[in-house]
Amino acid sequence: MAELHAANIVEYLEEQRQKETLRFITCGSVDDGKSTLIGRMLYESKCIFDDQLKALETDSKRYGTQGEKIDFALLVDGLEAEREQGITIDVAYRFFATDRRRYIVADTPGHEQYTRNMATGASTAQLAILLIDARKGILPQTRRHHRIVTMMGIRHVVLAVNKMDLVNFDPAVFHKIEADYREFARDAHLDTLTAIPLAAVHGDNVVKPSPQTTWYHGPTLFDHLDAVDVSHASTRQSFRLPVQYVNRPNLNYRGFCGRIAEGKVRPGDPVRVLPSGRTTTVQSIDLWDQQLSEAEEGASVTLTLADEVDVSRGDLIVATDAPPEVADQFQVRILWMAEEALVPGRPLLMKLHAKEVSASVMEIKYREDLNTGAHLAAKVLHLNEIAVATLATGQPVAFEPYATNHVMGGFILIDRLTFATVGAGLIDFALRRASNIHWQALELGKGQRAALMHQTPRCIWFTGLSGSGKSTVANMLEKRLHAEGRHTYMLDGDNVRHGLNHDLGFSEADRVENLRRVAEVAKLMVDAGLIVLVSFISPFQSERRMARELFEPGEFLEIHVNTPLAECERRDVKGLYAKARRGELKNFTGIDSPYEPPVSPELVLDTSKETAEECALRVSQLIQGR
Amino acid sequence: MNHYQQLEAEAIEIIREAVAGARKPVMMYSIGKDSSVMLHLARKAFYPAPPPFPLLHVDTTWKFREMYVHRARMVEESGMQLLVHTNPEGLAQGVNPFTHGSSYHTDVMKTQALKQALDMHGFDVVFGGARRDEEKSRAKERIFSFRSAGHRWDPKSQRPELWNLYNTRTRPDESIRVFPLSNWTELDIWQYLYIEKIPIVPLYFAAKRPVVNRQGMWIMVDDERMPLEPGEQPQMRLVRFRTLGCYPLTAAIESSATTMEEIIAETFNTVSSERQGRLIDADQPGSMEKKKQEGYF
Repeated sequence: MAELHAANIVEYLEEQRQKETLRFITCGSVDDGKSTLIGRMLYESKCIFDDQLKALETDSKRYGTQGEKIDFALLVDGLEAEREQGITIDVAYRFFATDRRRYIVADTPGHEQYTRNMATGASTAQLAILLIDARKGILPQTRRHHRIVTMMGIRHVVLAVNKMDLVNFDPAVFHKIEADYREFARDAHLDTLTAIPLAAVHGDNVVKPSPQTTWYHGPTLFDHLDAVDVSHASTRQSFRLPVQYVNRPNLNYRGFCGRIAEGKVRPGDPVRVLPSGRTTTVQSIDLWDQQLSEAEEGASVTLTLADEVDVSRGDLIVATDAPPEVADQFQVRILWMAEEALVPGRPLLMKLHAKEVSASVMEIKYREDLNTGAHLAAKVLHLNEIAVATLATGQPVAFEPYATNHVMGGFILIDRLTFATVGAGLIDFALRRASNIHWQALELGKGQRAALMHQTPRCIWFTGLSGSGKSTVANMLEKRLHAEGRHTYMLDGDNVRHGLNHDLGFSEADRVENLRRVAEVAKLMVDAGLIVLVSFISPFQSERRMARELFEPGEFLEIHVNTPLAECERRDVKGLYAKARRGELKNFTGIDSPYEPPVSPELVLDTSKETAEECALRVSQLIQGR
Repeated sequence: MNHYQQLEAEAIEIIREAVAGARKPVMMYSIGKDSSVMLHLARKAFYPAPPPFPLLHVDTTWKFREMYVHRARMVEESGMQLLVHTNPEGLAQGVNPFTHGSSYHTDVMKTQALKQALDMHGFDVVFGGARRDEEKSRAKERIFSFRSAGHRWDPKSQRPELWNLYNTRTRPDESIRVFPLSNWTELDIWQYLYIEKIPIVPLYFAAKRPVVNRQGMWIMVDDERMPLEPGEQPQMRLVRFRTLGCYPLTAAIESSATTMEEIIAETFNTVSSERQGRLIDADQPGSMEKKKQEGYF
């Protein structure tokens, strides 16, 4: 790049303004020379400053693997833990520029245990460089990288056949690898696929054509990156704005803020608000003190609307023609990113564009083996596994298939307790089921049925360790209520496990399903007007919360029977603690499986301090007090 | 959209998203060029309302005098509330970069002071102006960087960040540092300041200033607190700063760039990275990474 002078600054800025940014991901492991390649690209694009270069020379002698020569990999292996172990454990973003383009590189680790990092890097990339070690050819890991990259919607791939120097720049080796990959990638229908023979450590074909590969007539890596057309082929341009924030500085201004996910908008355009479906027109497009005559995809704007329609964060403002669908059940592809496995039925939070809703995976249809592509049966999904599944949301959301629009169809899943991001997913399509099952318009309701029984229906949920006295207290309470003329029913672990749930075992997935069924049955009984007493260990907060959310506010009373573990174990009515201690009973709550105490139960009891009668009386008073 | 419009749109999206999910947000304001850009973006994001959060300046009391003047001006112009916090124990002990060394000074007056201020106000979302191109360990920083109780940054417990979907949920005691300028480079910052005509501290422009040479770096004698070594005489040199921090810890570069145009040209032609002028980074290997784990920005 030529020296820049202050006098040419206007010209220079105009050039910078128009220069495109290309985001790409590099896939491959340390052994493939990935860090060396990225370091080399930074070096060749003159994006390394003198002081950094000097530090690099010192580091190369201290940690390097290239003897006295500069080890370019050290430029990018940033964290100390990584340097010591010589591996890359996280996604790093690097910046460099050529005269033609700016680049943001997502540098991600390639090992199987880092699939989630690769998916993260791929989610914002337009192009992928798949690194191959020329000595090894296409490996199962290449196939895995290819599957992740194409699943995330990347349409441009560079097959970087590296370490050509170690196979004497043999064209036959290169052509065989290219042919193998093309065969394998045929179904992916990539927009561009370019194979380049490289020796990153020496710089062959990175910037300048290598004299060692006179048989290769394609572009160098930089030439290709500078020239490849990544503009997306989608012809549809329909306005979509997810509303991030409602700006109400005073009574006269209501601005709807967000970043345009597709299409253009102009003042006067008719628009529809989803999911409500209300229509209005755009009054103005505000950005700072300017009013824009038009705004396009990617712009962060504030819209004002002609009519006072109700719009909140998470809603969409869209073009009136061809609006997106609204649904609450979907077929999705999920990548699980948490240590603790995904169990169908467990409640989660889902974030899709600016909308956060409760959601749960209904069924895992199959898991995909990323190395072979095989479809495998799975009941749960483990860390770094990918599955096709069905998913239900707590309320209808506006969306589009990921293939149509990434912003409108890509989502993350969040744990409801830890708030960790535990999964990422792509919506394939909406399931029709949801809209086809219409609720029977019942003339008689819960209110009428309950009135006939002269009572307020409730679900009284007893939770606590085995032997804590749940069933004893519940039985006592039921007798007391019966004596008062109340209509009751008791659901406990034993009577349900022998009938309704006899097909379920004690794996985590089965325990979740067991509780889901019990909660749904309790809900039907409450709907019938009954006071339902549920006595279940129910050790996990998430399932109890799921149960609570089935009921109307005030209907669900959580009673924590908080008898100390030592006391429960001393009682050991069924001899189960002894068995568990001997290791004959696995996953026993309190011994080798955790019990998560309720955070805010309606009542806490301790049967080691009060008698069962006293406890039952307190529950009964609680009901009457409400 | 052109390059700067894209950077701006992304940063505004990040700022709005963070505020929408926050209980009590705050924006770090260090008075430097990156802070100036970040403040400008925040004002754009919420216009015509002022940004719905205060600014926080962790004041070591060792900033350049011109920085304090600029701070007052920007607070006035933005109409935002400014919170200033100085570590009272550090102040009582008279902690300074000369007798205590840069590393201890930074820890007490910046890292500890920042944690005190955040705890005192209970902020759960804290905007910072860090960029990924500044330093190697920052290249791995998330845009929404998660801090566990005690403000600790654990690289292994960071949340995966896919697309532009940010998980803004926190439990009590946890917080998120948000970096809207993550994808900006130093050159982008200068060009944006130029295009948007954003006012910056005059120290960024070259002028004759009293400096002494220490270990090959030009340190400005900004006030009488600076102890001079025997025989050391401040000399007037035409210098400017690429980055601003505590004056005894921030080296000037010799330059004649007195206009934005000249600064951009100089930044473009430059051969050393801007953090070279920061003495703390050079203390020990992995220096920035260690500071981050302890809660530094």
